[in-house]
Amino acid sequence: MTARLLRAEWTKLRTVRGWMAGLAASSLLVLGLGLLFAAGGHSSCSQGPVEVPCPTPPLSRDGRAVEDRFFFVSRSLDGDGGITARVTAMNGQIRLPDATPGVRNVVSGVVPWAKAGIMVKESTKQGAAYAAVMVTGAHGVRMQHDFTEDVAGSAGGAPRWLRLTRTGETITGEESPDGRRWTTVGTARLTGLAHRVRIGLFAASPGDVRVVRNPLGGSASASRFTEVTATMDEVTVRGAGTGGTWSRDDIGVELGPDGNPHHPGAFVGNGGTFALTGTGDIAPDTSNGRIEHALTGVLIALVVVVAVMVSFATAEYRRGLIRTTLLAGPRRGRMAVAKAVVAGAATFAFALPATAVTPPLARGILRGNGVFTLPVGTLTEVRVVVGVAALLAVAAVLAVALGLLFRRGAAAAVAAITALVVPYVLATASILPDEVSRWLLRLTPAAGFAVQQSIPEYAHVIGHYAPAAGYFPLPPWAGFAVLCAYAVVALGLAAYRLERRDA
Amino acid sequence: MRRELHAEWTKLRTVPGPGLLLLGVVVATVAVSGVAAGVMDCAAAGCGLDAVRVSLFGVQAGQALVALLAVAVVCGEYGTGMVATTLAAMPRRTVTLAAKATLVTGLTLGAGVPAVLGSLLAGRLLLPGGGFTPEHGYPPLSLADAATLRAAAGSVLYLGLVALLATGVAVAVRDQVAACGAVLGLLHLFPIVVLMVRDEDLQRILWQLSPVNAGLAVQATTDLASMPVGPWAGLGVVACWAAAALVGGGLLLRLRDA
Repeated sequence: MTARLLRAEWTKLRTVRGWMAGLAASSLLVLGLGLLFAAGGHSSCSQGPVEVPCPTPPLSRDGRAVEDRFFFVSRSLDGDGGITARVTAMNGQIRLPDATPGVRNVVSGVVPWAKAGIMVKESTKQGAAYAAVMVTGAHGVRMQHDFTEDVAGSAGGAPRWLRLTRTGETITGEESPDGRRWTTVGTARLTGLAHRVRIGLFAASPGDVRVVRNPLGGSASASRFTEVTATMDEVTVRGAGTGGTWSRDDIGVELGPDGNPHHPGAFVGNGGTFALTGTGDIAPDTSNGRIEHALTGVLIALVVVVAVMVSFATAEYRRGLIRTTLLAGPRRGRMAVAKAVVAGAATFAFALPATAVTPPLARGILRGNGVFTLPVGTLTEVRVVVGVAALLAVAAVLAVALGLLFRRGAAAAVAAITALVVPYVLATASILPDEVSRWLLRLTPAAGFAVQQSIPEYAHVIGHYAPAAGYFPLPPWAGFAVLCAYAVVALGLAAYRLERRDA
Repeated sequence: MRRELHAEWTKLRTVPGPGLLLLGVVVATVAVSGVAAGVMDCAAAGCGLDAVRVSLFGVQAGQALVALLAVAVVCGEYGTGMVATTLAAMPRRTVTLAAKATLVTGLTLGAGVPAVLGSLLAGRLLLPGGGFTPEHGYPPLSLADAATLRAAAGSVLYLGLVALLATGVAVAVRDQVAACGAVLGLLHLFPIVVLMVRDEDLQRILWQLSPVNAGLAVQATTDLASMPVGPWAGLGVVACWAAAALVGGGLLLRLRDA
């Protein structure tokens, strides 16, 4: 019985040329707009007067793009060992927006995530595995490793004793207020860590991120130079092969047009006291392009899909076909479900090839134009591709449900577009404050767009984590579940009304 | 033209839909404006927000219902087949379209006035609570202020132009759902596409072409120099869109079978 209902609905959908053309158009829109977007993206970097390809960010061991820029004073360590140091003070400077155009506005201060402490790193190469325990500007003592992992220690700042111990692949970070009573902050397991590693002191200070509201809609963030100078003493290094001299590495420093380092770090050793000056951050890269940028055409495809599916549901009322349909299959609720299933499945089948093909193609075009796309794991990419196709499919179900509920095409179309597209547009492209935008993307069906977010928020990395920048308030599948809940409730109401009302 | 106007008015007045939609325009505009005025905050002087623009935010919601009104009036006839009767009784199709457009626009302007005034009143009452106070450089909203008056009058005219635009698109498309999709897509998605474009020059050009972005420039009262188009020029852009839609729709109406 159900199979026959499904077949009947599929026949109705399939045999109206406009609807099939609409579904095909929606899938071409995803592809076409994605490629258009990619073709329009260019980036170029200059070295003095010469234009050079932009440098690509370093990759960590797990293939993630990272920022790895800090000042490192280190010795070699073979096998097990450790380091102890006391961070006595942190000072620095922050560049603020120019008060007078063209005049640098620099104040002294330390940004909240400025960090200084001790580190074990596989090599001085950018992206190499590391574990570190550190004092931060305003977030207390932290133990971090492999760029994404972060554990909080005590809340106090400098002065503070820090100790890092390596045993095989395990590195333990400890802290102490006085150098006698030690508490463990965390342990990191760096699988496959080489026998010979670097061990030493480091300092880094991420850019000061300020968000400016754009009066034309949306907001923009700018990151400005900051620098930290950390004073450390009571430094002891334990272990085999640590007897050499300290080597100084300005990891990830860029050379300016004149060939000199741009914003160099510094190291001053005075007896047992060390002063390290560093800039930059040791963190995942969140500033480059994302795979979901290639799928922006989904928004426009969504309007087309909604229009097709509302028509699919309401055309029967306009033409009186609904009476024939209900005569042939008198169980009305089942008819509504069959219609929704056919609408969802057909939309998914049309959308999936487009959402699967577009990101890799766009990534290739962007690479040719010198634009780097942040790499993500296969599972994340599959989730984005399948999730966005499913987003369109669930939107189709919602559109059918609203069509059956309202019976009038125009009203149902406006309701569906207002529920799905308008909150997303308001949240990402208007002058609404970030907090209101987040609530819009929690409570409305537009929450489903969260499924496309490929780069998560990192609590230990400062950034502009707002819907306008592509960060959704709900986790991907939770946001998608909100959309599904709306679709299910609407379909339930439609089935109920269908049973109760004359057709 | 009088006969056509009378006939269209009779059709409009004798179904409940248009009246409800006009009421909806007022309610949605004032409600969304009120919410926007309630949630926005200005913590200190120089927060860069335009109080008039914030309090007229609901026009962006009201325009969707204006579009729905125009689409319902035009496409409703195609859905029921009534259009054959209409055109048999009034064979001068251009005049019939003109009568329809006049009525829809007139009603929209009529609903737009209370909608915009209500929004400004909501802003005047709610904005000071969010820090939009004279100390922060925001005197209470008042129509005595020339820029505010221009923003209010311009917003009403903007809604009228959206009605004309939607009428033209609806006549061209004929199908209710497709017409709604086309008009709402044009209004709501154009701004997204503009933000998507990375090239700044192209972005500026698209911004100037977008009916919502350019049209709502008429609401701006601060920082006019940084807008890609001036207030009245922006309204002119929407007028061009509306004219193009009406001319296209009118031609199709004359050339095609109904």
